[in-house]
Amino acid sequence: MKIHLNVWRQKNAQTNGKFETYDLDNISEDMSFLEMLDVLNEGLINDGKEPVVFDHDCREGICGTCSMVINGKPHGPQKLTTTCQLHMRSFKDGDHITIEPFRAGAFPVIKDLMVDRSAFDRIQQAGGYISVNTSGRPVDANAIPIEKDKADASFNAATCIGCGACVAACKNASAMLFTSAKVSQYALLPQGRVEATTRVLNMVKQMDLEGFGNCTNTGACEIECPKGISLENIARMNREYLSASIKG
Amino acid sequence: MAKLESKVPNGPLAEKWSKHKNDIRLVNPANKRNIDIIVIGTGLAGASASASLAELGYNVKTFCYQDSPRRAHSIAAQGGVNAAKNYQGDGDSVYRLFYDTIKGGDYRSREANVHRLAEVSTNIIDQCVAQGVPFAREYGGLLDNRSFGGVQVSRTFYAKGQTGQQLLLGAYSAMNRQIQRGKIKSYTRHEMLDLVLVDGKARGIIARNLVTGELERHSAHAVVLATGGYGNVFYLSTYCMGANVMAAWRAHRRGAHFANPCFTQIHPTCIPVSGDHQSKLTLMSESLRNDGRIWVPKKLEDAKAIREGKLKPTDLAEEDRDYYLERRYPAFGNLVPRDVASRAAKERCDAGFGVNKTGEAVYLDFDSAIMRYGREKANTMGLKDADDKKVRVLGEEIVEAKYGNLFQMYEKIVNENPYKTPMKIYPAVHYAMGGLWVDYNLMTSIPGCYAAGEANFSDHGANRLGASALMQGLADGYFVLPYTIGDYLADDIQTGSISTDLPEFEAAEEAVKERLEKLMSGSGKHSVDYYHKKLGKIMWNKCGMSRNEQGLKEAIKEIAELREDFYKNVRIPGELNAMNSELEKAHRVADFLELGELFAVDALNRNESCGGHFREEYQTEEGEALRDDENYRYVAAWEYTGVPSEAKLHKEELVYENIELKTRSYK
Amino acid sequence: MFSSSLLRKVVMALSGLFLISFLALHLAINLASIFSEELYNTWSHFMGYNPVVQFVLQPILVAGVILHFVMGFVLEAQNRKARGPVGYKVGSKGTNSSWLSRNMLLSGGVVLAFIGLHMYDFWLHEMIYKYVESNPIDTTRYYGFTVELFDLTRTVIYSVAFVLLGMHLYHGFASSMQTIGFDNKYGKAIQAFAKAYAVVVPAGFIFIAVYHFLNPIQ
Repeated sequence: MKIHLNVWRQKNAQTNGKFETYDLDNISEDMSFLEMLDVLNEGLINDGKEPVVFDHDCREGICGTCSMVINGKPHGPQKLTTTCQLHMRSFKDGDHITIEPFRAGAFPVIKDLMVDRSAFDRIQQAGGYISVNTSGRPVDANAIPIEKDKADASFNAATCIGCGACVAACKNASAMLFTSAKVSQYALLPQGRVEATTRVLNMVKQMDLEGFGNCTNTGACEIECPKGISLENIARMNREYLSASIKG
Repeated sequence: MAKLESKVPNGPLAEKWSKHKNDIRLVNPANKRNIDIIVIGTGLAGASASASLAELGYNVKTFCYQDSPRRAHSIAAQGGVNAAKNYQGDGDSVYRLFYDTIKGGDYRSREANVHRLAEVSTNIIDQCVAQGVPFAREYGGLLDNRSFGGVQVSRTFYAKGQTGQQLLLGAYSAMNRQIQRGKIKSYTRHEMLDLVLVDGKARGIIARNLVTGELERHSAHAVVLATGGYGNVFYLSTYCMGANVMAAWRAHRRGAHFANPCFTQIHPTCIPVSGDHQSKLTLMSESLRNDGRIWVPKKLEDAKAIREGKLKPTDLAEEDRDYYLERRYPAFGNLVPRDVASRAAKERCDAGFGVNKTGEAVYLDFDSAIMRYGREKANTMGLKDADDKKVRVLGEEIVEAKYGNLFQMYEKIVNENPYKTPMKIYPAVHYAMGGLWVDYNLMTSIPGCYAAGEANFSDHGANRLGASALMQGLADGYFVLPYTIGDYLADDIQTGSISTDLPEFEAAEEAVKERLEKLMSGSGKHSVDYYHKKLGKIMWNKCGMSRNEQGLKEAIKEIAELREDFYKNVRIPGELNAMNSELEKAHRVADFLELGELFAVDALNRNESCGGHFREEYQTEEGEALRDDENYRYVAAWEYTGVPSEAKLHKEELVYENIELKTRSYK
Repeated sequence: MFSSSLLRKVVMALSGLFLISFLALHLAINLASIFSEELYNTWSHFMGYNPVVQFVLQPILVAGVILHFVMGFVLEAQNRKARGPVGYKVGSKGTNSSWLSRNMLLSGGVVLAFIGLHMYDFWLHEMIYKYVESNPIDTTRYYGFTVELFDLTRTVIYSVAFVLLGMHLYHGFASSMQTIGFDNKYGKAIQAFAKAYAVVVPAGFIFIAVYHFLNPIQ
């Protein structure tokens, strides 16, 4: 199949970028979206031009490295799918595809489609952990039974891959879905309750410091999340935060 | 260095580790504050090691080429992590895990290391639960287990199909805590390009900031390499795109021996290659073999009809199907170890029974599991006379709960619904058992340079069992290395910080600069990927699932030629001192072009078949691997001499005091 | 308290919920004008002259309105800044969120303008009546004044404003429940109630306006 690409090119964070158009022929439907970009890059390199830089690594939808907004949608048109798992069969012969980086004040562009998401790391460093040392002699893993429903809900929150699609999709560039997923994972487990108060206060504080916007509950994040992280987590974090603020 | 000193402690097997911990030297907490450690790689081994070392009080610097430590490829491990907890009461024990691992590795791993691994395995689960890793649980609130290949107990702990993700996020959270405390300084989008030795000891690295292209010098009293495996030498593999051998290879070139490079795991259940454009392969977890049955058509004409699309697999009658693993290995059936399952698939496909267009695929069928689970569920719901349709719906629900994300992933890639038609699978490169040679303390043959996780060679012999990679990575990082490194660092309490202005750093940086400039100066005929794909083809065809003398000799020659061509004709656009994704790929591929040659040399040297290494000349009449314990019961540790094919072989004899060497049988 | 984004939003939600509850009261009084002129006059008079209403509840209400609007603009300004310097070329075209949820500022702005008009119509009139012209107490004046106000222009303007109010509430009511962390087994029922409320209450106001327009005092 034939496709026409409109790709954001930007040399580095200091310069302004612009869109470039490329036409590709002989694209197979079985290719993943990134393999299509590989074909584009191979052509660019053979012409002595710089390839389009984009973040990617595992190419199986779990590392959360790949990003990109494809035709206005973070990770492209298919639900519950990362860019690397998106296949060209989701497009039609002759389609025009616009590819942009994830956009947010807190995610500055590094080059082309690659953005800096280290703000997410800093939010987690602010409290996304349980303070236990490696000792070799902690309590036995089965000493505290955990209700299956709670363990499953905690797991579901923990499947967040930290890709940032929620921020990219949000009209306010809010990081509430990401932050609340991490807060929820721990809030739902007895091991995590011990530090629940300080955790939520510190993580939200860091989230604000990074310059993410405020949640207005549009729900775009949940729809675009490639892992289906639920809005319930945001309600849970709101609740945790309120009670933590009252406790002081 | 004539003899390799494994430093395995004396005494009975089960007491070696405790005794060793009591005997080795420690660094007191006040002195730990004056000692710096560099950890390269932030996967399970690297993240857990850096967190634990920082907790102990050392100053840690971590480096990863990804944009966040959390993205290391451990995150993609699906199935689970083994531990000898015996929560199921099915007869598991530390000894049995130890025995299974040695046997699974086809008697080519070091007894003491494996026993230690089995011992600390139980701590891993305790540690991870304490960290808030949400493992799968039963309705009673206790942890659930599943089975993996090559064993007859249920000892695998899991979190759906995302166990690696959950464990890595656990280790990453422990790291985050130390970053917040200021004990870890995390360098992301940084790649190690060389190891710096001062007076023969590893004292630092040269790293490249991938965003700015700047070279940086970092010093420390010890360097830990937790950089994973080298499977991407095959180009197509289940590894992530960035996985590379550079850190390990640079250490090898500086004097660290490389052990058993030819021991590479080809995983039996991956999604088959669909075309030339393919950039990577996707694994379907081994846990699927708990419930999936592997088969090909019995008759050649059926296989042909299926390939041509004239026949659907679901139309084939039960008696026309060949469940070849159940037929050949009745005791373990579909749960034979990976090397055995992979070879059996290749054997059937080579014989003409393959079921996709390329003839390189077999079926993994969930139909009987769906019906079995559905019937059970119907019975517990009191629907004694539910019809098949209802039973199927119930069964599909249960299978979805167990493997939903894997089925979804399969459907996205292949565009077929695996609930309705069997999955097509084929073996693919998945893991490297070989790696940097390390002693019992996990130190390489360079003093002060350690290797942990997949990057070292120690625990899996010639074949790794499922769910053991996560176990080993975390065992090394949480429970072994933080202790054993103290024995070495005890000498460094008065050294003080290492200056990066030393001439050794100067020289190393100069050498790196030269190498990069050499790469940039290629004539520009072909892209880096062109060479990587060519290398991959040579490796897969001649050093893949089965190898022979002639092919290996050809491979050695072809790789050397390819390498020469690469330096002459590679094209890298862009600038040296800026972000340059092609340059990053180029120096990774440059090292693969050397490792590939050593790989073939090692495979040629090993005149036997064992585990993942199958030499066609050495097989039984039934086509099973024929090991040669008399002549090859050793670890082949290669010393770099300038050209990979002229590497010098050092042998570490493997001593089995506690296990009787037997022909591995899963019949 | 206002340094945290979550607490700012809680302020937004609580002030919104307070205003929502006030709407119910307001509607109840308005409905009286349809059933009984006398009842409407009594209630209106009570609201206009009771000191608790006038000097305690009314300032709280005004504060609530101001808080809600000021906070709304503050949050919007922050959100625009957070979006960053470069926008998307291709929008998501509303495929991932409702138009209502993305345009609370617009619907809120219209409601704000409407409140201005509404204050001009009633509050200013009252102020002039009571304090500028110092007219005597007349407990029967409210009904006639109200009904006469609803000429065609007013009726149209009021109706449009109420549609926008309904749209604002349709997202805002449920959203404020989420913001204060409400999420349990009654969640779905509460959401449904909030949405029904957002339709029924503004529809009630429109009905009353149209009713009086169609039934002028003969």
